[in-house]
Amino acid sequence: MRFKFLSLAAAVLLVSACSSTPETATTASTGGTTAAVPTNTTGPVPGSAEDFVVNVGDRVFFGFDRYDLTPEATATLDRQAAWLKQYQNVTITVEGHADERGTREYNLALGERRATAVKNYLVALGVDTARVQTISYGKERPAVLGSNEAAWAQNRRGVTVIN
Amino acid sequence: MRKPSFLTRLRRAVVAALAACALGTGFLALPAQAELSIDITSGKVDPKPIAVTTFYGDSPQAQTIGQNISKVISANLERSGLFRPIDPSRFIQTPEQLRNGTPRYADWRVIDAQGLVVGGVQQLPDGRIRIEFRLFDVLAGQQMTGLAYNVQPDGWRRVAHIISDAIYKRITGEDGYFDTRVVYIAESGPANQRVKRLAIMDQDGENHRFLTDGRVLVLTPRFSPTAQEITYLSYFNNRPRVYLFNIDTGRQEVLGDFPGMTFAPRFSPDGNKVIMSLAQNGNTDIYTLDLRTRRQTQLTNSPAIDTAPSYSPDGSKIVFESDRGGTQQLYTMNADGADVKRITFGHGRYGTPVWSPRGDLIAFTRIADGRFYIGVVRPDGTGERMLTEAFHVEGPTWAPNGRVLMFFKERPTGDGNRQRQAKLFSIDLTGFNERQVVTPTDASDPAWSPLIP
Repeated sequence: MRFKFLSLAAAVLLVSACSSTPETATTASTGGTTAAVPTNTTGPVPGSAEDFVVNVGDRVFFGFDRYDLTPEATATLDRQAAWLKQYQNVTITVEGHADERGTREYNLALGERRATAVKNYLVALGVDTARVQTISYGKERPAVLGSNEAAWAQNRRGVTVIN
Repeated sequence: MRKPSFLTRLRRAVVAALAACALGTGFLALPAQAELSIDITSGKVDPKPIAVTTFYGDSPQAQTIGQNISKVISANLERSGLFRPIDPSRFIQTPEQLRNGTPRYADWRVIDAQGLVVGGVQQLPDGRIRIEFRLFDVLAGQQMTGLAYNVQPDGWRRVAHIISDAIYKRITGEDGYFDTRVVYIAESGPANQRVKRLAIMDQDGENHRFLTDGRVLVLTPRFSPTAQEITYLSYFNNRPRVYLFNIDTGRQEVLGDFPGMTFAPRFSPDGNKVIMSLAQNGNTDIYTLDLRTRRQTQLTNSPAIDTAPSYSPDGSKIVFESDRGGTQQLYTMNADGADVKRITFGHGRYGTPVWSPRGDLIAFTRIADGRFYIGVVRPDGTGERMLTEAFHVEGPTWAPNGRVLMFFKERPTGDGNRQRQAKLFSIDLTGFNERQVVTPTDASDPAWSPLIP
């Protein structure tokens, strides 16, 4: 048993060594809000991630098991594309998310479809494809807690995160 | 070459012991009728009363080991739902009296025991211990089987599982599943910032270890056929990819060089390939990676989501899920991707198919009318049957004998109940004997190992 224990202890050490880079994208994606808040003279710095979230809107929502963009979504993405053209040095990661009412692997694929739908729309509006990365979190990172339609609707989303 | 692992060495010891053992005159002299047996295919069974006596030890250390072995065997048999271990305080004959010769069957009949497990632990001069056991059919008054194992003292727990498997097999006619492990995802923290870690344990929850530290999101671990490696999804560096984890060495490596997210991995039955999905530009297809040549082969080519592939035990077929027909459904195809056939047509959506190690059934998750189900269906699409349902059950995995499944269950989150709760459960193929598998934290994505080689 000693032999086994030592090899497992070594395993934990190796894992720790491999994962020394902390994740940051997930925390950035959960703090945002969709509602445009009235700005005042002490608002976010233009061109900042906060400016993007507050004044443009960082996320779009999808129907159940859907990845097509609604008119509300394209309106948001039109604003995102205009902002991205204004701030050409910014790169983004589009996160695709699903609600909790699907199986894990299907939702990973669905999240990837949603992130790609957002990316393709932004690129079609002239955003350089090299500035846009995508990632799917499936159902792993809900924005809103709760097992009800309102929460699920908020969680079926594509979130544009300023890198 | 690496050194033989603890498990390999133990297996060699067991094989040597098996070759050398022939305990008792009744060994393999089996009565043709009225013997103790259980038909595990018949739905709800009446658990058979069995007396698992304390294994007699010839030293204080051996006595402690003997007591522990009996407890592990008794718990295994009880959990199977097929046996009802009798309270040891009712036993009349003592371990010392049972040590030599045949049991006094009348003493066991009077407490309604049908099976009787007797054993001993003996110190050997070389520091190892010898563990013997015998299983008796009390009503027929005969020994049913008996085995002996020479192992290092800390190998006692595995021997207890191997003995449990021997008892299960002798009485049910089916291979056991007690000498197995479970790898799963240990969960903690709020639902929107869930920390997920790879964890591994024996099937009874003992020898629990975390394999990753939780800083990187990990999902869907699955065992290799030797149970020495795990393939899983890791978000290391925010690049979700399929990885390989060697349990003995702790070594991790990314599998393949794919241009997008890879996920939903499983080993081929021969262990030479990992089959998985690649998601790229909004499309998900199924690929294999040959672990020897590193060659990547694309098996499906549709604009749909094709994922969750699982091989048949002979490696000739693959079951997977696809929404090519409009919603998530199960399909089979040949191992080269040819001859795709849809096999589910029921109400609702079907995902996470897993081929039984026996080859006769495919387990799945079904979603219908807002409820989740675990069910099984024959590979030709007939005989669909639901085993359990809840607000959320998902991700079945088979015990190696194809008679028991494990899955996870989540309860809804709400205002008064903000924490997600996820737990592992096992259930018999008959749909009976659903039990929680106790884990130190919340748990999901279980994968049951093969019998440990």
